[in-house]
Amino acid sequence: MATKTNKAIKISQKHLLGIQNLSINDVHLILDESQGFIKLNQGKNKKLDILRGKTQINLFFEPSTRTQSSFELAGKRLGADVMSMNINNSAIKKGETLIDTAMTLNAMHPDIIVIRHQDSGACNLLSQKVNCAVLNAGDGRREHPTQALLDALTIINRKKKIEGLKIAICGDILHSRVARSNIYLLNMLGAEVNIIAPTNLMPKEIEKFGVNTFTDMKKGLKDCDIVMMLRLQNERMTSSFLSSNREYYEYYGLTPDKLDYAKSDALIMHPGPMNRGIEIDTKLADDINKSVIKEQVELGVAVRMACLKIFCE
Amino acid sequence: MKKQYFINANIIDPHNSLNEHGGLIVSEDGKIEAIGKKVNINNLPTREKPIDLNGKYIFPGIVDMRVFVGEPGYEYKENFKTLSNAALSGGVTSVVTMPNTDPIIDNVSIVDFLKRRGRDKSMINIFPCASLTKNIEGTNMTEFGLLQKKGIIAFTDGIRTIQNTQLMSRIMNSAKDLGSLIMQHAEDLDLSKNGMINSGIIATKLGLAGIPDVAERIIIERDLTLLENIKCRYHISQISSEKSVEVIKQRKEKIKFTCGVSINNLSLNENDIGDFRTFLKLSPPLRTEEDRVSLVNALKDEIIDVIVSDHKPEDEESKRLTFAQAATGASGIETLLSLSLELYHNGSVKLETIIKALTSNPAKILKINKGNLSIGADADFSIVDINKPWIVKKEKLISKSKNTSIEDKKLQGKVTSTFVRGKELFRLQ
Repeated sequence: MATKTNKAIKISQKHLLGIQNLSINDVHLILDESQGFIKLNQGKNKKLDILRGKTQINLFFEPSTRTQSSFELAGKRLGADVMSMNINNSAIKKGETLIDTAMTLNAMHPDIIVIRHQDSGACNLLSQKVNCAVLNAGDGRREHPTQALLDALTIINRKKKIEGLKIAICGDILHSRVARSNIYLLNMLGAEVNIIAPTNLMPKEIEKFGVNTFTDMKKGLKDCDIVMMLRLQNERMTSSFLSSNREYYEYYGLTPDKLDYAKSDALIMHPGPMNRGIEIDTKLADDINKSVIKEQVELGVAVRMACLKIFCE
Repeated sequence: MKKQYFINANIIDPHNSLNEHGGLIVSEDGKIEAIGKKVNINNLPTREKPIDLNGKYIFPGIVDMRVFVGEPGYEYKENFKTLSNAALSGGVTSVVTMPNTDPIIDNVSIVDFLKRRGRDKSMINIFPCASLTKNIEGTNMTEFGLLQKKGIIAFTDGIRTIQNTQLMSRIMNSAKDLGSLIMQHAEDLDLSKNGMINSGIIATKLGLAGIPDVAERIIIERDLTLLENIKCRYHISQISSEKSVEVIKQRKEKIKFTCGVSINNLSLNENDIGDFRTFLKLSPPLRTEEDRVSLVNALKDEIIDVIVSDHKPEDEESKRLTFAQAATGASGIETLLSLSLELYHNGSVKLETIIKALTSNPAKILKINKGNLSIGADADFSIVDINKPWIVKKEKLISKSKNTSIEDKKLQGKVTSTFVRGKELFRLQ
C-alpha cells in the first residue's frame, strides 16, 4: 500500500470497465483518493463542488439498491448533476438497443455514465460508443470493480495491509462478478486467495487465475484472515445447481463452527444483499466484532466518489 | 456457347485422382470435353485461340455443404441472388442450404417454392435441405420420402440437435429404409443451454456461459452407437474439438459415416474472441488452440471428410449488441477457399486433400454429380491464383451481410474466374 499519493500519477484508463484493465498504480490511486472521502462522509457537511457542472448518468438495467444509491450519493456529494434512468419507463423497454441508448445519451453530453447490465461485456460495448467515461457498476458475471475496490479498502482499514493475507471467497463463484473482480484485485495486491464452492458453482479453469480451490469449506477457511461470503441466488435451486437451501447452508453456510477454522480475528464480509440463514448465520452477520458488512457499504460511497472524481478528470 | 480452350494450368481433380499440368476443353454445351496434360498447345486446332492460364490452378467447383440463405423470411440478410454472387467470387458452384428459414423447410409445398426461387434467382446449383423434424421442434419427423421425391438430397435440423434418443433412432430407421442422408448438428442441448463460447478460461474471464466440448462428443457417441445397429447414411455437420476427433477416428475403423468441419474452427480459436467480438460468436464455438490443431491434423489424415463455410449471414444490427444478445454465425462463403489455402501455404495440409474436402468428398456424400471434372460432366470450375495476396475487408464482401469472422486478415490465394456449366459467371476485376 503506497502511503502517499503521487499527484503526478494519472489513471491509465479512460473507463473503469474492470479490475483486469487497471495497473497497480491505478488501484493505489483510487484507494488513496478514497481514504480522503471517508472522513468527509462521516462529517456534518458532506458536500463538495469538485464535480460541479458535470453530468453523471446512472444507467441501471438490473435492480440494485446499494450500488445505485451509493453511486448517486457519491455523485451528489461531489456536486455533480446526477440523473438516474429508470429503465422500466424508458425506450429500452420499447426495444431500443444498448448502442442506440448510448448514442442518445451521448448526444446530451454527459461527463460520466455509470452502467449496470445483466450481460457480460455490456460496459465494454457502451464505452466504444460514447465520448465520456464509463464506470462499470456490474456487468453480467464478468466484473464489479467498485465492489472489489471497496472490499479492498475495508480490508486495508481493518488489517492495515492486504499483502500476505489469506482471504477466502465462498459461495456462487460461477455467477459472481464480485468474485471475479475480487480475485483480480486481491491477487494484484498480494493476498493468497482461497475459492470455496460446490463444483456446480465453480467456474471452469478458475485455478488458472492463481487461486486455490476448495469444495470443503472447512479446509478452505483454514487460517484465513478474511471470509468473504457471496449471495446465493434463489433461481440456482430451480436449475439444479444445488438441491436445497438447507443442504447448502449445511455445507457452505457460514456458521460459528465453520468460522472457527479461520483465524480467531478473521473478519466476515458480504457484498449484499444477504440471505440470512442460507449463506450466513444471522447472528454472525450482525456480530460487530467480526462482521464488517456495514462498513463495506459505508466505504462504498467513498470509493465511488474517488472513482467519479478520477475518471471525470 | 463457343468451345473454350484453356492451357498451361495446374489441374487438381481429386475425384479422378488428377493432379497435373495441362489444359481443359469446355464443349459448346458447357460440358468437360477433355482435360489434363494431353490438352496442350501442340494438339489444339490451329485456328483456335486458347486461353493461357500461366500456371494458375483449375479446381472443380466447390460444393459447400453448409450454407444459410435468408430466403424465405430473412431476405434482408441474404437472398439467392446475393448468395450466388458471393459464392461465385469464392469458387463455390454448388451449395447445400440449411432449412432454418421462416417458414422452416419441412414440407413439400415449400420445397417447390424454394426450387423455383433457386432456379430463377441463382446462377449456382442450389441443393436445399429439409428439416429432420417439423418446425425443427425435435418431436415429429418430416416426410423424408416425399421430400426426396421433390428433390431434397439431405435432412438436418441445421442449428439444432435431435436431442431425443428414441426419435433419433426412429429417424435413422426411416433414413435407412428410404436411403436418406441425415446430417446432425452435434451439440447436447441441455449441456450447451445458454452457452455462448467454449467452456474454459476465456469463458470464465469474459463472464460468458460456456459450451463444454463434451456436449458435442456425447451426441456423436450416442449417434454412432445407434448407427452400429441402424446402418443409414449419417453425417456429422461440424466438429470442433479434439475429443470429437478421437471418437471419430476410433469409430471410423468399424462403422461408415462422415463428418465435416467449419473453416472457422480450422482457422481460429477462442482467443480470437478478444474483447467480446460478436462476429466470432459461432456454433459450434471456437475452442482452444489444441482443439484447432487437432482438427487440422484430422483433416490432413482424412478423418474429417469435408470443409464447410458454415456461411451464416447476419445483418449488422444482429451483431451490434451485447455478446449474449448478438446473433450466432459468420458470413464465409466467399473466403472459404482462400482461408482453406492458408492450411496449404503454412504446410499443414496437402493442397489435394484440401480440394478433395471442398469438392469430391461432399459430392460423394450427397450423391450428386458435382465437384468433379470428369469428361461429360457440367463444366463447373474455378481458376485460382493460389499465391495472390489480399486482405479481407468487410465493405468489399459481396454477400449481403458483412459479418465476416476474419476482417483485416491477410490471405494468400484468390479465385480469378468461376464457371458454371461452361459459362464464366465471375471474373476478378
